[in-house]
Amino acid sequence: MTSATLKRRQHLLSYAKKQLDFLNQPKENGEQFTSFESKLNETGLDPLKPTKIDNFQINVGYMCNLTCGHCHVDAGPDRKEIMTRETMQECINSIKDTDISTVDLTGGAPEMNPDFRWFVEELSKINKKVIVRSNLTIILANPKYNDLPEFFAKHKVEVVCSMPHFTRLRTDSQRGDGVFDKSITALQMLNEVGYGKEGSGLMLHLVHNPSGAFMPGSQESLQKEFKKKLFDAFGIVFNDLYAITNLPISRYLDYLINSGNYENYMQKLIDSYNPDAARNVMCRNTISISWDGYLYDCDFNQMLEMKLKDEKLQHIKNFDLEALEAREILVDQHCYGCTAGSGSSCGGATS
Amino acid sequence: MSKKTYYNAEDLNKFGNISEFSPELGKKFFDYYAEVFKEGELTEREKALIALAVSHTVQCPYCIDAYTSGSLEKGATEGQMMEAVHIAAAIRGGASLVHGVQMMNKTKELLM
Repeated sequence: MTSATLKRRQHLLSYAKKQLDFLNQPKENGEQFTSFESKLNETGLDPLKPTKIDNFQINVGYMCNLTCGHCHVDAGPDRKEIMTRETMQECINSIKDTDISTVDLTGGAPEMNPDFRWFVEELSKINKKVIVRSNLTIILANPKYNDLPEFFAKHKVEVVCSMPHFTRLRTDSQRGDGVFDKSITALQMLNEVGYGKEGSGLMLHLVHNPSGAFMPGSQESLQKEFKKKLFDAFGIVFNDLYAITNLPISRYLDYLINSGNYENYMQKLIDSYNPDAARNVMCRNTISISWDGYLYDCDFNQMLEMKLKDEKLQHIKNFDLEALEAREILVDQHCYGCTAGSGSSCGGATS
Repeated sequence: MSKKTYYNAEDLNKFGNISEFSPELGKKFFDYYAEVFKEGELTEREKALIALAVSHTVQCPYCIDAYTSGSLEKGATEGQMMEAVHIAAAIRGGASLVHGVQMMNKTKELLM
């Protein structure tokens, strides 16, 4: 696994437009993949509209200490895009007097943003539920991060962390050598301060996403397997497992193409289209905010630079909840990843 | 390409089409099939691994493809999958060898 991002390598797939062009090109035999929009149309969901926005997912920067093979953000140590405190303040101002209950912090490694702790403290003050999407290893990456478990606990932050598999081989093949062992230590540190333990009120969820060109199995069954294996071998406890499907964009798309799996994987997502999952897609109750304050329908659309249709709504400076709830959600072929099988969202299966 | 071999990987995706010539039996089969693979006394992972072993016994390339993916999806490890295949191999090998007793019985019957 190379540690340079696609962007650093000036790879073709680091350009959003090239990715969208690729996703819309015909198969090798000349046939077109069924368009996502036509599937939505069959389900009576075209155009796709929000239900009620309840989740503010803020991407505070693309910098990360890891360079995972499946990363849809193309995050890595060489990414310099970081949200400023000023933009964070604009986010706070936008949501403080709304019913939006949850702020979901993602990245990159959100903890690497120099204003991360300030942001969490300010969000706690306005009584928002804060979720942090942690790669776990960051807790051990530098002594200045070692007290993150205590910091999270102090502010009752819900920790959602990446743990693709309960075996070293499968985890490291996706996330890099040594990641499994560090993740285990980090999980034990989180358990130590009460995370994942009954009655503590400190929620610890794991994210499983396949280390390869296949879809995740049943979330419920996988959760049982993960709980048993991680407890038996390492004494680790956690609350829920979120099984998330990898979307065919960015580094995962690069992997699919290079391994010769792209067409089969895409076809499998299309064949597994589930109308119930489509009705429950996460973009219907979420707004995604990029490091530079632009709004998107989801973190994937953010990476594909699919800005909101209405120019007046595109930036957090002009935040208008009512207008956002009336907007049209932008879709493309990558959206099949969220509607396949049991559905997939940042909170796992949706149906 | 598709006309040159008996087995085509893309035909696996067309499995559902067997209902075309006999919808009622097709539906009964697929309903039963779905029920069989639901978690019961055995976990979904255990069922996928049994299916993988049986796939190797019946030597069905479609089934091997399907239950390799299926086992991975259910969280099975490479080690578990290969152990399942060895079970298929052991039973097949054993099935030949246990008939060795029949051969021995017959031999003893025929020899002075």
